Amino acid sequence: MRHSSAGPTRREFLKTSAVATGGLVIAFHVPGAKRLAIAGMAPADTFAPNAFLRIGTDDTITVLLAHSEMGQGIWTSLPMLIAEELECDWGQIRVEHAPAAPAYAHTAFGIQATGGSTTTWSEFDRYRQAGALARAMLVAAAAEKFGVSPSECRALNGVVVAGDKRATFGELAKAAAALEAPGSVPLKDPEDWTVIGTPRKRLDTPEKITGQAQFGIDVQFDGLLTAVVAHAPTFGGTVRSFDATEALAVPGVRQVVQVPSGVAVVADHFWAATTGRNALKVEWAPGPAAGVDTDALRAEYLELAGTPGATADETGNVAEALATASKTIEGQFSVPYLAHAPMEPLNCTVRIGPDGCEIWTGTQFQTVDQGAAAAILGLAPEQVTLHTTFLGGGFGRRANPANDFVAEAVHVAKAAGAPVKTVWTRENDTRGGYYRPAFVHRARLGLGADGGIIAWDHVAVGQSIVTGTLFEGMIGENGIDPNSVEGLIDSPYLTGVPNRRIGLHTPAPGVPVLWWRSVGHTHTAFVVESMVDEAAHAAGRDPVDYRRTLLADHPRQLGVLELAAEKAKWGSPLPAGQARGVAIHESFGSFVAEVAEVSVEDDRIRVHRVVCAVDCGVAVNPATIAVQLQGAVAFGLSAALHSSISLKEGRVQESNFHDYQVLRLSEMPAVETYIVPSKAPPGGIGEPGTPPIAPAVANAVFALTGQRLRDLPLKLTLQG
Amino acid sequence: MRLTINGTAHDVDAAPDMPLLWVLRDLLGMTGTKYGCGMALCGACTVHIDGEAKRSCTTKASSAEGKQITTIEGLSDDGSHPVQQAWAELDVVQCGYCQSGQIMAAAALVASDPTPDDAAIDQAMNGLICRCGTYERIRAAVKRAAELGGR
Ligand code: FES
Ligand code: FES
Repeated sequence: MRHSSAGPTRREFLKTSAVATGGLVIAFHVPGAKRLAIAGMAPADTFAPNAFLRIGTDDTITVLLAHSEMGQGIWTSLPMLIAEELECDWGQIRVEHAPAAPAYAHTAFGIQATGGSTTTWSEFDRYRQAGALARAMLVAAAAEKFGVSPSECRALNGVVVAGDKRATFGELAKAAAALEAPGSVPLKDPEDWTVIGTPRKRLDTPEKITGQAQFGIDVQFDGLLTAVVAHAPTFGGTVRSFDATEALAVPGVRQVVQVPSGVAVVADHFWAATTGRNALKVEWAPGPAAGVDTDALRAEYLELAGTPGATADETGNVAEALATASKTIEGQFSVPYLAHAPMEPLNCTVRIGPDGCEIWTGTQFQTVDQGAAAAILGLAPEQVTLHTTFLGGGFGRRANPANDFVAEAVHVAKAAGAPVKTVWTRENDTRGGYYRPAFVHRARLGLGADGGIIAWDHVAVGQSIVTGTLFEGMIGENGIDPNSVEGLIDSPYLTGVPNRRIGLHTPAPGVPVLWWRSVGHTHTAFVVESMVDEAAHAAGRDPVDYRRTLLADHPRQLGVLELAAEKAKWGSPLPAGQARGVAIHESFGSFVAEVAEVSVEDDRIRVHRVVCAVDCGVAVNPATIAVQLQGAVAFGLSAALHSSISLKEGRVQESNFHDYQVLRLSEMPAVETYIVPSKAPPGGIGEPGTPPIAPAVANAVFALTGQRLRDLPLKLTLQG
Repeated sequence: MRLTINGTAHDVDAAPDMPLLWVLRDLLGMTGTKYGCGMALCGACTVHIDGEAKRSCTTKASSAEGKQITTIEGLSDDGSHPVQQAWAELDVVQCGYCQSGQIMAAAALVASDPTPDDAAIDQAMNGLICRCGTYERIRAAVKRAAELGGR
């Protein structure tokens, strides 16, 4: 997996692709996009940058992904969408990440990006169309070759057949490439689907079980150096001065260069770079967040939560309703900053040439990173070629509007005047910011005589993720960042309450924050589902039965609740010392209910089994869905039981997996997933399994111990 | 120093305290073995030294001289080791980054214990982090690999 030192130019890249597919590249475009193939040029040059599909004369089918594979399984599910319409042989499919280019822009966002659990629904039509169009052109080519009408031809398993005549897609590829593409092709009736809805194994397994898969950190080529950067100990801090004498004395260290984010030690390999970085002496000027102390911040947030804040939603008269309620319940909740901690630490490789720049990295934000690199180098975006490698996890960390790890690597390569792979140590990664923001919530609920919720007074306090970024437009005129209140203002529990107010404070302590798998839902679901559970107990009702009443007009929520309760045998006896808790949450267009079975040993919470029911609309690859639910539960349990980022005097206290703890194998519960059959348009699946797990566990802990835990990570008070 | 990796002797010019991980990855270009923490906390860098699972990030390369080092690249020629077969059968991987380490740890386990139970799996595999949450399938695949014949 070495890249040649000369490196492929764009043209050479196209030729290489042509060779790899057997001498011919056909590009199929999607409706509405202009076909860029130029008549009369060599086939290798007919590659259209908006192509999602190439068919080789050797019958290989290459699917180009506009999105990044980071574990979520789109390497398999996007090809399934094409295969459904193309009628190809599944065994002939190969997959590649597409280059960064406007043609691969997200159908909803307009930038090339992977996030928000959007890949499946945003590509559901585009990838099926790409397959359908290709099939239509192959059929047209076959009809011409056989001397029959297209309606007499049928494509199946990579072959077009008419009577006793047959031709493989590869045999038809050249002729199909010469045809005029039809404007649009009707898609199959869902009744006729043979691929969508059938479990398919991952196509990236062979390279991932043999060590051959290439992640960003694995990029190598002759002359490539490795850099490790000393970052300021406080966010926004800057270099006052540095002494590189000892760093430069480390064998293998080549240069020490200053960049906007710190001081980079550039060396022959990572070990020399880290050793050099550790020998570096840097005087830092403190940044604007140098005074941040997370304990003090939490106290400040709790105080703010006692005041109204900006109004995110208001209806009825909440004060009056609370005053007349038969019962009121109140809770204060807090969640800490969280690092994403993907297993592959951040890294990015940059080679700057005379006419442009090449970048290799695992990113969720291709065209945004490309633009940032271009701006730093004074280039046009198309002069920056960005190769997406596999991502060793993303979870939102690799979708940064501030482009931190890409911009830094570009600065390092520029300052070093050499191709450089900038690698973050785990410590850099843990302390590098861009966390899930810490939040505090305060909720007061008023119950009516029948136990129903008649008033809900709620204040949330936490940083905005999009302020100051190119996503700032998401913020409404009322100043509310939707990322802070998603899952709260649109919760069916709240919208059903006649008197309610949701307030939001948006402090700006200067700690960099970012989307973290399921974003605002990570805390809003915890708070809402804990309060509803508390309301059920206050009303003397069974938690499932109570929710059933509140969600009576919400069939999809109700559907997952009923399915999870049935499969978990809600209400049936459990082994002694165990209890169940339930939570339901909608996010990213999908609905998930989870029932957790929990026990407590001393102060340790143990989750034995989690039953998940999901309604994600059309289930493209049911195998992926079950795996995503397991992964989402594991990710959410890390946050529910262990993880927390804390700051003292602006310095992040945690540094590696000994103090930033995550879920380990021995703690993994048995996760069962049940899918509600649905013909609704597909929703997301990467994130929706995460929000319900913390409240489901907290609710089970309450059922078991009577302790209502309102702070994450959950900590039991030992009872003497 | 001279290191024997996957049956082949390599002469490398490295400082004696350079961890085996970086010799493999950055001097020899064998990038299947991964860096996750550098402190023996995550298991991504697991290789075999004389058949035993070791964290290469905290193993000095010089200490492995004269021993047999096996990496994911040398576990089998074609992905046919029983652990790899079990991993493919159960579709264990997700992002895949932790999986070289997981597979190497599992291979050492089934080689030493032909019928690993849950406690043995916890013991051998708990030091390996997977942020994608593939743990359930890892557990099942270790048992399946043992059925397929361990070594
Ligand atoms: S990199 Fe060696 S244990 Fe984490
Ligand atoms: S498969 Fe992604 S970290 Fe394990």
